[in-house]
Amino acid sequence: MTGTHSKAIGVETIGMTMRFGAFTALDDVSIKVPAGSFHALLGENGAGKSTLVKCMMGFYHPTSGDMLVDGRQVAIASPRDASALGLGMVYQHFTLVPSLTGAENLVISREKVPGVIDWRKERTALAQFMERMPFKLPLDVKVAELAAGEKQKLEIIKQLYLGRNFLVLDEPTSVLTPGEAQEVLGLVRGMTKAGDLTVLMISHKFHEVTAFADDIAVLRKGRLTGTGKVSDLTHKAMAAMMIGDQPIAALDSRAAPKPDAEIVLKVKALKAPDRTGLKSIDIADLGVRSGEIVGIAGISGNGQKEFLEVLAGQRPRNGGEVKVRGSAYAATRAEARALNVRLIPEEPLKNACAPRMTVAENIAFRTFDVDGNGKPVSWISAGAIKSFSARLVEQFKVKTASLSSPIASLSGGNVQRAVLARELTGEVDLLIVSNPCFGLDFSAVAEIRARIMKARNAGAAVLLMSEDLDELLELSDRILVMSDGALVYETPIAQASVQTIGEHMAGHH
Amino acid sequence: MVDTVSSPDVRTILDAGGYRAALEWTARRAEAFVIPLAALVVGMVLFSLFILAVGKSPMQLYETMWRGGFGSWFSIQNSLSRGAPLLLAALCVALPARLGLVVIGGEGAIVLGGVAAAAIGVALNGAPSFLVILLMGVGGAAAGGIWIGVVGALRHYRAVNETISSLLMAYIAIALMNHLVEGPLRDPASLNKPSTQPLADIYRIGNIPGMEVHWGLVVGILACVLSWLLIEKTRWGFAARIAGGNVRAAQVQGLAVGPLIVGFTALAGGFAGLAGMLEVAAVQGSANGSLAAGYGYTGILVAFLARHNPLAIIPVAVLLGGIDASGGLIQRRMDLPDATVLVLQGMLFIVILFSETFYGRFKLFNPDLWQRPHFLKGNV
Repeated sequence: MTGTHSKAIGVETIGMTMRFGAFTALDDVSIKVPAGSFHALLGENGAGKSTLVKCMMGFYHPTSGDMLVDGRQVAIASPRDASALGLGMVYQHFTLVPSLTGAENLVISREKVPGVIDWRKERTALAQFMERMPFKLPLDVKVAELAAGEKQKLEIIKQLYLGRNFLVLDEPTSVLTPGEAQEVLGLVRGMTKAGDLTVLMISHKFHEVTAFADDIAVLRKGRLTGTGKVSDLTHKAMAAMMIGDQPIAALDSRAAPKPDAEIVLKVKALKAPDRTGLKSIDIADLGVRSGEIVGIAGISGNGQKEFLEVLAGQRPRNGGEVKVRGSAYAATRAEARALNVRLIPEEPLKNACAPRMTVAENIAFRTFDVDGNGKPVSWISAGAIKSFSARLVEQFKVKTASLSSPIASLSGGNVQRAVLARELTGEVDLLIVSNPCFGLDFSAVAEIRARIMKARNAGAAVLLMSEDLDELLELSDRILVMSDGALVYETPIAQASVQTIGEHMAGHH
Repeated sequence: MVDTVSSPDVRTILDAGGYRAALEWTARRAEAFVIPLAALVVGMVLFSLFILAVGKSPMQLYETMWRGGFGSWFSIQNSLSRGAPLLLAALCVALPARLGLVVIGGEGAIVLGGVAAAAIGVALNGAPSFLVILLMGVGGAAAGGIWIGVVGALRHYRAVNETISSLLMAYIAIALMNHLVEGPLRDPASLNKPSTQPLADIYRIGNIPGMEVHWGLVVGILACVLSWLLIEKTRWGFAARIAGGNVRAAQVQGLAVGPLIVGFTALAGGFAGLAGMLEVAAVQGSANGSLAAGYGYTGILVAFLARHNPLAIIPVAVLLGGIDASGGLIQRRMDLPDATVLVLQGMLFIVILFSETFYGRFKLFNPDLWQRPHFLKGNV
């Protein structure tokens, strides 16, 4: 239970095979994660990483193969068995109860919770526990009110709180700032070094793997295609093991910026309440020119979400102005259409799609009510929607079983492709994007970034909000840092330093 | 992500035609028929247990029910008559449901629609009949529309739960009707059943020629067909489905969610108000306590059984009308209380709500699941 760290355990799979019908998701995979090591599991989307860890965690029953824990063969029939052995997992998707606070989530996650909870005692225990954690979290706030990054931190904290000594981390840092990621992984690394913890981390970030992991195992198409010591491998070698000879979308080369291009988006003295209603966001002055990508960095929960909601017309403002090409913009459908404004919120399935409507219908959301010449129509045609969507599905390589499949049945990368297909078709003057690659795999990320760069080169003004600093550094022409609801720092990409940006993100200036 | 659904080649889906496409189309649609039908059967089996428990024969009961509902031209007409108001009452549930709202207070709109129509009919006594009937219809629909439109507005602008508010508004509506027919609008001649003054005969709506069923049936069917067209074929319907599917996505697309919600709820209430007007003009001849006959509540069952598809409402309303119509015969022939059919309705409702959890669960109906092994083979 809480904080009683027993010794790290070693885990090994032997000949793990998993078949779904005729399809082999996992083919004779043997990996060895010695006690106290930090192991990275790499692989493309659908390579079998999730299947492997789900077999290890007792969610799937492998068709054949064995598990060893500390060298002894064990039968893991259910997640409960895995938990009893000290195996825990942090998922890509959050598993916290949104309506409860962090503290409540931690306490109820325990195997045994007393019928009557002595909250005073629990709080004291939690406070002591949190002192040993390198990051601070408001444990008295409802999880629903936490931003994605904060939730992810709480997920990791939960596993540590439960005293698990073998952790599978499924892309644990996708929403953390570099500083936070360093902190989290550093802590985890420290615990493995001390022999308290063994970690198997699924990751797409090579630099993280290099910095923190001891060994890697790479899966491709369900097979183990490589293992090795991190110290012996270059990023290039790792990528080759991962993707084989499959080509990766290359970023459009950046067209030369035009410093005097038209300012498409102008935000002035914008004020709006944040989600707690206690603080407010305050954007003094922001301009985005045609043909440039302005990146907004920041630790999640510093007002980016609210800023985006104001731009999307979902959140009332307390004053200030938003202008697009000189005319006031309140994000109505007519304005967005007239001014060619496109907005792509984060987590597209949750924020930009109707999950149970079909792929074709979802792709038609922006255009269903106009004809080819942009004139409003009263009657819509299912046939026209289908042929329009079919074209976009092909053009943007959305992988779907059928146009009539509910969009919720697509993978994250393909949902994002469908949304990009919808939003990037036609003339785009202003593109507002938030965390476009959160939770997506290698090749989807490359492709989606290439699309954004292409839109920029075609003359769109792009406002990119991202919690992934690497993404911002790769795409932006200018980077602004948002902290505590305001834009506190600006740097052209040529002079951008991760160090300085990080300090401003943390509010140290 | 292991849950990837994709195909080896986009072309295969674009060119998907003929046999395979027809099979998928059929499978996707079959679900909407098979699950409610199975739920009906399960409900009837459970009801059989209830009948056995009170010592009667379920087979005899269902046979009697069939005869009472659909066994003869007379009973069919009876079922159609009882089904007619259910068509409009069910629309009052189904239209908001497509926007993700659960409105259960159609009864209030029916009652107020009836009172408004009666008041107009009496006030305009002497005017040409077609004009008065038209205005009664418009007035009834307006009264119901405002009533449920307010529910929608409260929901969108003040975040008041629409299920609770519509139910409470129905109680208010019934109290308002009682006040009006017992007070300001009361016909002094109505002694033991307070009513408004009876409509002159020329303002009454008659029967469809050759049938003992009033024109309300035609109005109801027309309303269902128009509602279906609105939802499936117009841009407002499409926008409503987006908002119902994910209100955040609708907002990001700049759709005017507020007006959509108010518009759809007002239209839904308008249909229910029209049902009240038809009750007054075709059946009662005046507004009185009989308006609150529970059509609004049975309409909820109809709409859920039809999965909020306006076209499916038509057969379901007739079916429920038939069950209702057979109540009398069951009472006489089998010596069971009249309320027996209410037990059946209640059981059906529970089973229908339960069956909602089965959608998307069966591989047979879900082509996305059949394809999985096939496409993964080529793709991963």
